[in-house]
Amino acid sequence: MAAVAETSGEAASPTRGAWALDRDRLGAIAEAIAIPLIALLAGAALFALFMLATGYDPVEVYALIWAGGFGSSFSWSNTLLRAAPLLLTALYTAVPARLGLVVIGNEGALVLGGVAAAGIGFALAGAPAAVAIVAMGLAGMLAGGIWVALAGALRHFRGVNETISSLLLSYLAIALMNHLVEGPLRDPASLNKPSTGHIGDGFMLGALPGTDIHVGLAIGIVVCLICHVLIRHTRTGFAMRVVGGNPAAARLAGLGVGPLLIGACFLGGAAAGLAGMIEVAAVHGRANASLAVGYGYTGILVAFLARHNALAIVPVAILLGGIGASSGLLQRRLDLPDASVLVLQGLLFVAILASETLRGRLRPYFSGR
Amino acid sequence: MSDALSLETVGLTKRFGAFTALDAVSIKVRAGSLHALLGENGAGKSTLVKCVMGYYHADDGDVLIGDRGQEIGSPRAAAALGLGMVYQHFTLVPNMSVAENLLLASGKVPAVVDWKAERAKMTRFMDSMPFRVPLDRPISALAIGEKQKVEILKQLYLDRRLLILDEPTSVLTPDEADEVLGFLRGLVDQGRLTIVMISHKLREIYAYAEEVSVLRQGKLVGAGRTADLAAPELTRMMVGVETLAQPAARAPKPAGDVVLDASGLVAADDRGRRALDGASLAVRAGEILGLAGVSGNGQRELVEILAGQRDPEAGAVKVHGERYAADRAAARKHKVVCLPEEPLKNASVPTMSVAENLALRRFDLAPMARGPWLSDGAIRRAAEKLIGEYRIRTRSPATPIAELSGGNVQRTVLARDLSEEIDLLVVANPCFGLDVKATAEIRAALVAQRNKGAAILLVSEDLDEILELSDRVAVIASGKIAYEAPIAAADRQEIGKRMVAH
Ligand SMILES: Nc1ncnc2c1ncn2[C@@H]1O[C@H](COP(=O)(O)OP(=O)(O)OP(=O)(O)O)[C@@H](O)[C@H]1O
Ligand SMILES: [Mg+2]
Repeated sequence: MAAVAETSGEAASPTRGAWALDRDRLGAIAEAIAIPLIALLAGAALFALFMLATGYDPVEVYALIWAGGFGSSFSWSNTLLRAAPLLLTALYTAVPARLGLVVIGNEGALVLGGVAAAGIGFALAGAPAAVAIVAMGLAGMLAGGIWVALAGALRHFRGVNETISSLLLSYLAIALMNHLVEGPLRDPASLNKPSTGHIGDGFMLGALPGTDIHVGLAIGIVVCLICHVLIRHTRTGFAMRVVGGNPAAARLAGLGVGPLLIGACFLGGAAAGLAGMIEVAAVHGRANASLAVGYGYTGILVAFLARHNALAIVPVAILLGGIGASSGLLQRRLDLPDASVLVLQGLLFVAILASETLRGRLRPYFSGR
Repeated sequence: MSDALSLETVGLTKRFGAFTALDAVSIKVRAGSLHALLGENGAGKSTLVKCVMGYYHADDGDVLIGDRGQEIGSPRAAAALGLGMVYQHFTLVPNMSVAENLLLASGKVPAVVDWKAERAKMTRFMDSMPFRVPLDRPISALAIGEKQKVEILKQLYLDRRLLILDEPTSVLTPDEADEVLGFLRGLVDQGRLTIVMISHKLREIYAYAEEVSVLRQGKLVGAGRTADLAAPELTRMMVGVETLAQPAARAPKPAGDVVLDASGLVAADDRGRRALDGASLAVRAGEILGLAGVSGNGQRELVEILAGQRDPEAGAVKVHGERYAADRAAARKHKVVCLPEEPLKNASVPTMSVAENLALRRFDLAPMARGPWLSDGAIRRAAEKLIGEYRIRTRSPATPIAELSGGNVQRTVLARDLSEEIDLLVVANPCFGLDVKATAEIRAALVAQRNKGAAILLVSEDLDEILELSDRVAVIASGKIAYEAPIAAADRQEIGKRMVAH
């Protein structure tokens, strides 16, 4: 404003401002790390109580979880194999969350992506491998993306709650897969487990050099990085954050709220669909009921634990991959049912949701009052 | 109702990180008095009263209530002592009714609500008030002035003994303010209530407060009886020795072409009630059209339509003779800037930083964007420039805007929007919550834009502001334009009459 002539000493002096900034930033970062950590510990403590109550020694259980998830190179590779799809299914929830949406149909998008990829892979038999793999990836992403974009569009145009609609669409997707693998796409040779035809070994994704972990892990990490850069460093990401922070301000600024909402849903769904494609092209070779083994649901948990930060998804996915990987060991050594790991996950989820109330309250302690 | 409580703070200090918002502030408020708290935007007024209410925890110092030292850990504890506060930003639940909000505020909602008894009690209470609001109406459907009245009614309903009001009248018209403050003053005189009131309006302070304390940059710089302090002295305490910006003279030039042409606008409010009922108006280049009206007569919907936040049911908006779509491309092409009221809610993103909020209009243009990429450096540099020019009090450009004082949020939004090149400016109540100095500056900036040739639609509930700034005056009542006259022919009495006529 031209009318303001003098710049008085009102504003904090630059040096003081810069210093305050650092402490503020540090405080905010420290809080962002501390809250999920506290939630993890609280969830773990609850699970320990649950173990005690059911007659197990929690120390032994946790020791086994550690051994099963992170104790040896074998358990590490098992953990990372499980982390790979989680990286992508978590993005399904995390990306739309930046725009204020809560979508949780991760499992369905993964399954559809897997079926689409398997169908294309089977149909392209004889094509060059590179072409087929890219086509499978695109098919998976499109299938998953469109499925969730539907929930976004319903929300934007008809005001339908996206949480419910994405979940219902997910059930629909799983039913659709069952129909397809038992009907039109069924490989007659698959007798007791109806599946699509095998895509052929030539189209399978290989392992990362020097390991027996498939390249899906690397793809997942790269996609997380891309999403982070998109949200944090691009115009589109800025617009998305504005929509997430205040839709009224976004409309005031003339931003296209609808395309952004639907686009973010598509992106999240595409990531989950890609996870399905990778499960098919790197693990099973065909689509069948083993696609729906819970990577989608665990992905919701990963996204919330990572507080919808695409970078934080990477360590969190590995942690939960490890917990999942240890279930076999728990079962063998302690005769614990498979579901006990799910109980742990459930308790963690509750603790995370509850920990949101700490937001903003810890910061003063970290920025040194 | 029990008796009024006294309040004293002793050496109250509050730091946010390395920033000291309150520096050993000691104030004394007698029981049964109305005490005003004054200071520039960001002086620390809200912080001080939030410390008293247990909303913030002071780093140092004591709070005495009724001469007894109290450790107030939370607003709930404060309520138990008989303290209540009307915050600067609304604390009502938007999608619940007035009655539900009143019940909620009592803090002890029973498992099963006996609505019949509660309603009877509320109706009796409302009937005893000089100003009232329909109990069944959802908060989201209330005009800003009505919301503020609900906030005040809520506190009165709860039988407070010490009431803190953070800028209670910034969203009320002078007449409404007199109604509310006159009534509160009566309660104080009966010895039932002590009031601490934060305000930027000297007129009110002289009319209703007997004592005043003045804060500047977190320190107490003066206190005394209003009867002993002349207005220039108070202003000097608040802003130091600086002089106020004088509004630039309105260059006497004839208005140019029609820039904004809105005709036959019809729109429903959030409740589906018809709020705009065929309103038409035109604004020419180089003129300020002041639109007066009692809040709730369609001005909010009108501004929302122009801002692209609401779709009209009928009617057309044209800018420069073309149909105006109110999206980013159209706003940019026609250089249209819209500034709705309640900036924290309508015009900024609370979770994003001051710098990002300042970039809201230009983040997708060079130099802030290079191709698809954002340049953090350019965003920060642009922010630093605006923060300096408009003297926004923020610790750094990276501070979330929600952490700024109320007046500084307003300044941030105004800095972003008034620094644009403008052909058409639509502003609603631009000076709500601004201190005297900032108010003078913003008004000067509006006139400067007008002199540069911008067409300005100034929607305001402050008739003085309208009469001071406008070239032409219009009145909106029941969703229609009820009066229009050039400023020379505008008649205050007539305007007042048209505002309330139905
Ligand atoms: N939660 C917070 N975190 C960090 N800084 C804060 C916070 N609240 C207030 N501040 C800072 O403390 C200072 C005083 O703010 P306060 O809200 O008390 O001002 P105020 O006197 O009420 O001003 P206004 O008239 O604009 O409402 C401001 O510089 C503000 O940025
Ligand atoms: Mg304030």
